Amino acid sequence: MAAAVRSQVISLYRMMLTESKKFPSYNYRTYALRRVRDAFRANGALEDPRAVERLVVEGQQTLALIKRQVRHTHLNDLIWVTGDGRQREMGRINKYNYFAKNDDD
Amino acid sequence: MKQRVKLFQTGEHWCCVRGQRAVVIGGQRFSARDIQMLSPGRTLSSRLLRPISRLHLRLGSDGRAASSLPKELIKRHELEIDELRPLYMDFQATTPMDPRVLDAMLPYQVNYYGNPHSKTHAFGWESESAMETARRQVADLIGADPREIIFTSGATESNNMAIKGVARFYKTKKRHVITTQTEHKCVLDSCRILASEGFSITYLPVQANGIVDLELLEASIRPDTSLLSVMTINNEIGVKQPMKEIGQICRSKGVFLHTDAAQAVGKIPINVTDMKVDLMSISGHKIYGPKGVGALYVRRRPRVRLEPLQSGGGQERGLRSGTVPTPLAVGLGAACSIAQQEMEYDHQRVSMLANRLVQKITSELPDVIMNGDAEQRYAGCVNLSFAYVEGESLLMALKDVALSSGSACTSASLEPSYVLRAIGTDEDLAHSSIRFGIGRFTTEAEVDYTAEKCITQVSRLREMSPLWEMVQEGIDLKSIKWTQH
Repeated sequence: MAAAVRSQVISLYRMMLTESKKFPSYNYRTYALRRVRDAFRANGALEDPRAVERLVVEGQQTLALIKRQVRHTHLNDLIWVTGDGRQREMGRINKYNYFAKNDDD
Repeated sequence: MKQRVKLFQTGEHWCCVRGQRAVVIGGQRFSARDIQMLSPGRTLSSRLLRPISRLHLRLGSDGRAASSLPKELIKRHELEIDELRPLYMDFQATTPMDPRVLDAMLPYQVNYYGNPHSKTHAFGWESESAMETARRQVADLIGADPREIIFTSGATESNNMAIKGVARFYKTKKRHVITTQTEHKCVLDSCRILASEGFSITYLPVQANGIVDLELLEASIRPDTSLLSVMTINNEIGVKQPMKEIGQICRSKGVFLHTDAAQAVGKIPINVTDMKVDLMSISGHKIYGPKGVGALYVRRRPRVRLEPLQSGGGQERGLRSGTVPTPLAVGLGAACSIAQQEMEYDHQRVSMLANRLVQKITSELPDVIMNGDAEQRYAGCVNLSFAYVEGESLLMALKDVALSSGSACTSASLEPSYVLRAIGTDEDLAHSSIRFGIGRFTTEAEVDYTAEKCITQVSRLREMSPLWEMVQEGIDLKSIKWTQH
């Protein structure tokens, strides 16, 4: 691969991983990280420039998708006021499953 | 005067000795009334008497008839503050939506909201083209033509349409329908309705491994059989039926083959031409798509005729009238195309995780039985029976993992799952079965946690079980003469 394309692919990979880490849901987060890593590894040996370009475009679209979905699934962090005037964070409580705090992937 | 014996020392969990009327411990016989748990207010006798109410009605300790005692064990409750959500290991009940599916659906929920059947303006045209794209995506997954796909509200509606529709259309000449005993409740109930209309239905038994006997199937086909319905992958035990052979038999005898492929689509490669299937039900929320949508594949060559269940404006080839919900259909299409791309990756991962779970559990615990055939199965549905442990207590003990014992539609009743009964499981094993569902989003950490929790809880419950003690001493439980109280 040409050096410019290689650095573009690497920066795309890094951006996708950074965005994937922002998913609030444990399952989506781990899936996104794992899938991105496995997809880049599987296509790592590709040489054909057209195929590489096609995959890069697809990767950019997926990056935009991840950013959108991270934003959408954060909607549960709204604060709302209940009928008796108390503030309650909607969805914040019980958002995390057992692994949310301890994940390292 | 009978002695009251306190057998169980820890308060929260107990071992329910289902179906037994008396227990022999140390050579002395204690009847149901003699055994008392430490749990406040409830005697073990009321628990013991519940399942045998089928034999004769007895009053529990609080005076109510045993069969009307409500199922109180796992109480529905709001999660406490700071209580963590359970891990999700119930992928056969439903699946979370893939983020890519949600991304595809949102524009059609928000901006492109037109009715796809409006022919006169851009809203309608956009919506219709999205719906047709989705139809093509669904068709590509199963190897069909897009014109053969009908969007419905789910696999239940598809099953109803297929079975009742085909049977009623051909009812003048053909009055026989064949199905199996392990089908989904909607199929069995549709057949029951047909039976009340005068059709004759054959419910084929399955072998002990869950697979239908092909010779018996062939022998059951009569000249007046119109439809045969077999599900591709069972939702409770994960068994995969030999669809190619069944399709061959049906095609040679001129019988329509319907299959409920809700659990199979997107997980194993399916081709309706290879399988020689005439009707296939697809469910959206089993393949990481939205809930409330499904599809029915209806073969056009040779043409399968159906009597429609839902009448109206003639949408969907006249077979299912009603506005097609564009966002849901788009979601189903996106889910199908994602499933097609990810099938290989998901299959490897799910098989690896399922093997990991089963290996971990069976290496540490003895007397664990996997229900269903070991090879002809979908790896992600693991149904294990833990002998000498009660299923509900185990589910309660595993309360930070979302699991189910048997299928969601049968969990409301006290009876053990009819699928397990059909494969010939003993009643006590059927009561102690748990279904682990593994899917695209399951992680190794979740599987390991579930396995360890399962091992510790089962060991703990077995420690408390007098039956387990007897088995450890070498007493054969089948040889005990339980006496009438």
